[in-house]
Amino acid sequence: MDGSKVAAEVSLEAKSPFELRVDLATGISESAVKAALRTGDMGFLHSFTTGSTVDGPGVRVVGWTAGCHWRCLYCHNPDTWNMMNGMPVPVDRAIAELRKYQYGLRAMSGGFTLSGGEPLMQDRFAVRLFSAVKEMGVHTALDTNGHLGERLTDDELKSIDLVLLDLKAWDPERHRNLTGKEVKPTLDFAIRLAELKKPIWIRYVLVPGLTDDETDIAQLAEFAAGLGNVERVDVLPFHQMGRFKWERLKLDYKLNSVQPPTTELIERVCGQFLSAGLKAY
Amino acid sequence: MASTAQEAAGKEVDLGWKGFNVGLWQSDINVRDFIQQNYQPYEGDDSFLAPATERTKKLWAQLNELFKEERRKGVLDISQIPASITAHEPGYIDRDNEIIVGLQTEAPLKRAIMPNGGFRMILNALKTYGHEPDPNVVETFTKYRKTHNDAVFDAYTADIRRCRSSHILTGLPDAYGRGRIIGDYRRVALYGVDRLIEHKQKEKLSIDSEASTEEIIRDREELSEQIRALQELQQMAQSYGFDISKPATTAREAVQWLYFAYLGAVKEQNGAAMSLGRTSTFLDVYFHRDLKAGLITEEQAQEIIDDFVIKLRIVRFLRTPEYDDLFAGDPTWVTESIAGMGDDGRPLVTKTSFRFLQTLYNLGPAPEPNLTIWYSPRLPDGFRSFASKAAIDTSSIQFESDQIMRQAWGDDGAIACCVSPMLVGKQMQFFGARANLAKCLLYAINGGRDEVNGQQVGPAYPAVQGDYLDFDDVIGKFEKMMDWLAEVYVNAMNVIHYMHDKYAYERLEMALHDYSPLRTMAFGVAGLSVVADSLSAIRQAKVKVVRDETGLVTDYQTEGVFPLFGNNDNRVDQLASWLVSTFMTKLRKHPTYRNALHTQSILTITSNVVYGKNTGNTPDGRRKGEPFAPGANPMHGRDTRGVHASAASVAKIPYRDAADGISLTTTLVPVGLGRVSEDRIINLRAMLDAFFGATGYHMNVNVLNRETLLDAMDHPDKYPSLTIRVSGYAVNFVRLTRDQQLDVINRTFHGA
Repeated sequence: MDGSKVAAEVSLEAKSPFELRVDLATGISESAVKAALRTGDMGFLHSFTTGSTVDGPGVRVVGWTAGCHWRCLYCHNPDTWNMMNGMPVPVDRAIAELRKYQYGLRAMSGGFTLSGGEPLMQDRFAVRLFSAVKEMGVHTALDTNGHLGERLTDDELKSIDLVLLDLKAWDPERHRNLTGKEVKPTLDFAIRLAELKKPIWIRYVLVPGLTDDETDIAQLAEFAAGLGNVERVDVLPFHQMGRFKWERLKLDYKLNSVQPPTTELIERVCGQFLSAGLKAY
Repeated sequence: MASTAQEAAGKEVDLGWKGFNVGLWQSDINVRDFIQQNYQPYEGDDSFLAPATERTKKLWAQLNELFKEERRKGVLDISQIPASITAHEPGYIDRDNEIIVGLQTEAPLKRAIMPNGGFRMILNALKTYGHEPDPNVVETFTKYRKTHNDAVFDAYTADIRRCRSSHILTGLPDAYGRGRIIGDYRRVALYGVDRLIEHKQKEKLSIDSEASTEEIIRDREELSEQIRALQELQQMAQSYGFDISKPATTAREAVQWLYFAYLGAVKEQNGAAMSLGRTSTFLDVYFHRDLKAGLITEEQAQEIIDDFVIKLRIVRFLRTPEYDDLFAGDPTWVTESIAGMGDDGRPLVTKTSFRFLQTLYNLGPAPEPNLTIWYSPRLPDGFRSFASKAAIDTSSIQFESDQIMRQAWGDDGAIACCVSPMLVGKQMQFFGARANLAKCLLYAINGGRDEVNGQQVGPAYPAVQGDYLDFDDVIGKFEKMMDWLAEVYVNAMNVIHYMHDKYAYERLEMALHDYSPLRTMAFGVAGLSVVADSLSAIRQAKVKVVRDETGLVTDYQTEGVFPLFGNNDNRVDQLASWLVSTFMTKLRKHPTYRNALHTQSILTITSNVVYGKNTGNTPDGRRKGEPFAPGANPMHGRDTRGVHASAASVAKIPYRDAADGISLTTTLVPVGLGRVSEDRIINLRAMLDAFFGATGYHMNVNVLNRETLLDAMDHPDKYPSLTIRVSGYAVNFVRLTRDQQLDVINRTFHGA
């Protein structure tokens, strides 16, 4: 929307996760931020949207949190890295907003997904939201890279019906290069979810030349299939819709020349997951 | 009672009614009862459906060639014989290969002139398409025969004329047929014309004892006209070699009889919307009987429906470019209402409901007939899935709330035009235009002066003072200005419908109604979301006015933030509901012609572009000339929270104050519905379940990529049948004007 013509309310109304959002929380003091993270009284949200059909089963409301400690080379929302780019939202307000969709989400066999950023950067806020939504009788999903999974107790995990687990790569070296972080905590979280019999949908972003290694995918697929709680793998083809954000944020984008994967490549990768015994799309 | 009726009905009737369950329908004219006693709900899926036969494909291919020529020329050909039910010789596409016959004129796509509505429009259309008017016709309709159009202008007040030329009232049916009347065409198939004439004669006799007041005299004359129209219908069918005086005996005859009745109506009336009604489940009783008796196969059943739908797709009227600006893409609104629930809890879904949708695959997507699903989450899974699939694949279907309409009007209703529900054969409406409420708000601010040309159009009430708009002050002034507008609007509609009844009466359509049906007068508003957002800006932010040298407010500077309609935010959504209820209340204060029940629609069709063009800058930040959002839609791009939030805002508008319908057109990109096709069907179905399980009224569903539309603008020949739902109806995208194409492209695409 043209901000000079229509002074729209900023609040939560981003047009899509692809809208650049910066510095919405800069007025908040450091101590207030710390308190918010400790209590979960307040969260920092990039935006939320309704009617999503690609963030878990059915038609869903999705909240995108701000703040992520990973630096994935193909990130399409680098404005969600910094928590201070998010809009500070009291947890009660977020719950009241979600309550408006309670009956619709139930009628649609949809639910609520908390995504990001990395939602577990704000684990207390996430827990409070999930337990409130769960009480509404609405399905809940957490979209996470899993690195901070240990922040959630087994009891807290009960208010999450489904985990959308972003697996970026299998090989530790490759994972480090891609995200800047270790892969092990994510795999540990996956194993813990398997022990708890918590359903997982794996999300795998397919970037030609970066995450299309056959051996790496085969190992990852074998691991995933061995867990026993992976219901589905979403192979997400890389796109360039986030490039402008890297440019606007003056970040060094390394994938300028990368093309989206070809249909053949997508089919090959889906096939690898399928032949490991998983459902993949 | 039933058995005596059957005995009394005689041998030929027995042949048509053989095997049907008895009921009230035999002694009365009561199609609903016939359906209820005889139909077979179908709860399965689409796997039984048959593809198009070679014959169907060949016939359709022949027409496709003609469509190409028509697109090139605008209008394929024109007959200058003034139209009536019997005016034209029989016409065929390919006589030996047609299963259902009958054309409006003697050749396919050749348009008739229907001067009773207004002759000026016909002269204009003839000129546009390069035809020399026939001097005899000109003489007749300028010297001897007065038209509806002439008569209306004889009785218009100065106020009405001013409102008309300033475009605060636009689209008044004062120069063409009003439409939105649905004859119960099924009656002809079920009863045959003889019985219907006999019934009309009884109705006429029944008022012989009444005192001859103006009303009763008009009723007697109308009933006589109705009987004459039925006789002409019989003659017209005879010219095609069919005797429709007795009930249809087979499915093919039932479709043929019903189609003749509809054809009679579109031969005589060029109403803006000439809707078909609710025929599929009625016809299914005949198909079921023939299939059971082994008279036809599924393939033949589908072939009959395909052929019928081909006929409905080639209904044409002669229009002018000005008309096309309002209602773009040559629409006829051959609306067919499908499915819904019966009052007894059985779904009104039959195999023929599926067969109608199957035509979108057998013949390809198309805007007509305007297939309208009366949707309920209680409809069988198989049907909801197939309808969702067809909507995703073709963008040719609209959905309306069965629950809301059925509770208001009953379970044998149909949609006229886009969103106007009425009980078939028992209810009709006086259709009429829209009041531009955004302009009315600007008049309130400017003390009745037009913001575009500065002229005093409305009453000279005090204009706003000072530099900033005050919410309470503006609301007070707005209410007063709406009082004035409502009165002028009701006056205009009364004049129009008085004259339409007098000079362009729908004889045949009304012959297929009960005597003294329920009449509604359907008012409309445009600019709902512009006004809601403007009022929200005035209340929540600071709006400074900019005046020109004459003191006229021509622009606004808005500081601060304010909530926008379409984001499920009550602070603004309630302003939209307030507007609808307030204007409705004001309309109700003024008596209507024939004591019609006041109703209102939030529907613009494609006129949102023209309304916007004629409206100055508005306090919400919309610039002068920019299109409004269509119908009850949020403004383009302002509903930023996704489709669920957007639809939830619209669903708050109270139906009781918008009983003629609340239109929402939603565009989703395919990936926005899910990553794989099965997911998309499930998810669209889920969205429809949630919307119509709550207070959602109408959802016009497009599943398209913006890139496809942009490509179609540049390469129209690549997309001859690209169909897109605009506002209660569908059009061929390539037949829209450039402005309208851009308007469609600028709408919110959810999930993009």
